[in-house]
Amino acid sequence: MWSFFAIFAHDGFLSFQGMKSYLQVSSEIGILAVGVALLMIAGEFDLSIGSLIGFSSMSIALLSTEMSMTMPLAALVTLILTLFIGYCNGVVVVKSGLPSFIITLGSLFIVRGLTIAISKIITGRTQIGGISESSGFNVMSTLFSSSITILNVDFPISIIWWFIFVAIGYFTLNNTQLGNWIFATGASKESSLLMGIPVSKIKISLFMNTSFCAWFIAIIQVTTFGGADVLRGEQKEFIAIIAAVIGGTLLTGGYGSIIGVMIGALIFGMVKQGIIFSGVDADWFQVFMGVMLVSAVLVNGTFKKRYADG
Amino acid sequence: MDNIQITLNNVYKNFGNVRALQNISIETNPGQINCILGDNGAGKSTLVNIISGVFRQSKGEYRINNKLTSFLNPMEAMKVGISTVYQNLAIIPILNIYRNFFLGKEPKKGRLFKTLDKDFAINTTIEELNKFDINIEDPERMAGTLSGGQRQILAIARSLYFGAKVLILDEPTSALGVRESNKVVDQITKLKSQDINVILISHNIEQAFMLADRFFIFKGGTMIAQFEKNETSVKKLRELLER
Repeated sequence: MWSFFAIFAHDGFLSFQGMKSYLQVSSEIGILAVGVALLMIAGEFDLSIGSLIGFSSMSIALLSTEMSMTMPLAALVTLILTLFIGYCNGVVVVKSGLPSFIITLGSLFIVRGLTIAISKIITGRTQIGGISESSGFNVMSTLFSSSITILNVDFPISIIWWFIFVAIGYFTLNNTQLGNWIFATGASKESSLLMGIPVSKIKISLFMNTSFCAWFIAIIQVTTFGGADVLRGEQKEFIAIIAAVIGGTLLTGGYGSIIGVMIGALIFGMVKQGIIFSGVDADWFQVFMGVMLVSAVLVNGTFKKRYADG
Repeated sequence: MDNIQITLNNVYKNFGNVRALQNISIETNPGQINCILGDNGAGKSTLVNIISGVFRQSKGEYRINNKLTSFLNPMEAMKVGISTVYQNLAIIPILNIYRNFFLGKEPKKGRLFKTLDKDFAINTTIEELNKFDINIEDPERMAGTLSGGQRQILAIARSLYFGAKVLILDEPTSALGVRESNKVVDQITKLKSQDINVILISHNIEQAFMLADRFFIFKGGTMIAQFEKNETSVKKLRELLER
């Protein structure tokens, strides 16, 4: 992938500036994809994360501008609200036994709709600016949206956060008991229950974890732009799933690798920015991602067949 | 853990109006293979589910080494040493072999951050499977790459490693070919010398006769007969079951 764009778009793509541009895109998708992949490995989907990003950023903005909270406090209160929504997603999925795909498709619309409606009631608008004036903004912006200059190019700090998320995700999955339980839960719920694994608790926590990732992206965006928009994060749920699947995560659960997912997010960023650098119409990006997704699903499927029926 | 004798006295089990079990009295002893024979719907599974703690009898006594017993769930039964190997659910194919072996009871090391002790898990898995004549160089392979018989034996080895004294085997060979079956049968026979109380559920009369020391014949929720091996024959068992 890299060499493809290195050949066809070498001017911008190979430069440090080019690298920064695709790493920035990859990092935000990558952070979400870690959460999404862990949940997928446990056998569930979360389609609500896109609207949770909009919700979180709006909530932070409203709390800090309208309620004049300090920004760190607004962020904390928002985190609690966001985790609660994740908890509700998890509980409904676990208790109803219905596909999480449908349940969280519902919450995608509920959360997005509520975010727009409440914002309009309180402020009459769907965009809020001026968060940069609230106290504590500078601390938050240093933590989440400052940049590190290497050879005159400002690399956003989100790239470092991405690596931290990947490291924690990788470690949890491969080197802890919880990781083993996540694999087992997704591979066979019935077998896991027989072995005494708390399947429901694991699923609910992982739904809360994807919410946490959405909140984290919201913080990065709010501190980067100094404002919020109810439509933030639209379609991010699908993009994060695409990155996870390209990275080798099984749609049916039970298998996946965080390093693979990191590569999936990297490919996503490279293709998205590489197409711009190569001067091709950006519409082709969607075609390309669709093809990548379907091919990845086919490859992952043969992998599973080999073992599950073997 | 001590050896375990299991006794059921006049046990009944009803599901609503359905009488799943009526007046069942059996005794199974350590170092013995006890076979529950019967057709589908005869009450075999219900009986085994009572013994393994999945649910409780409606009436009657459940005794372990002569002490009255009642389990709230299968975990409690497992702690006492009663372990069940289910036909299809025992092993997860897309989880690797050592992770399957230690599933739910992962060995951990480290103080602040408890991490998986992979070296211990891998070495133990190799050793324990060796005891059952399965040589695996790479326990990081997916369990799905094992043959059906090897998977059954993996599940049995795991139960024993975690202290099972009563081993309930649910149709352990029904999904296997002849050669694979024989391997599993060989390993089950060896369990007798370890004083394991084996409870075998089967509807394969020939194989059950080869393996078991004591037979309990079930039909329509009642026990219609009980034999020691020397009191019966394949022919007799077949006549009873097909009558």
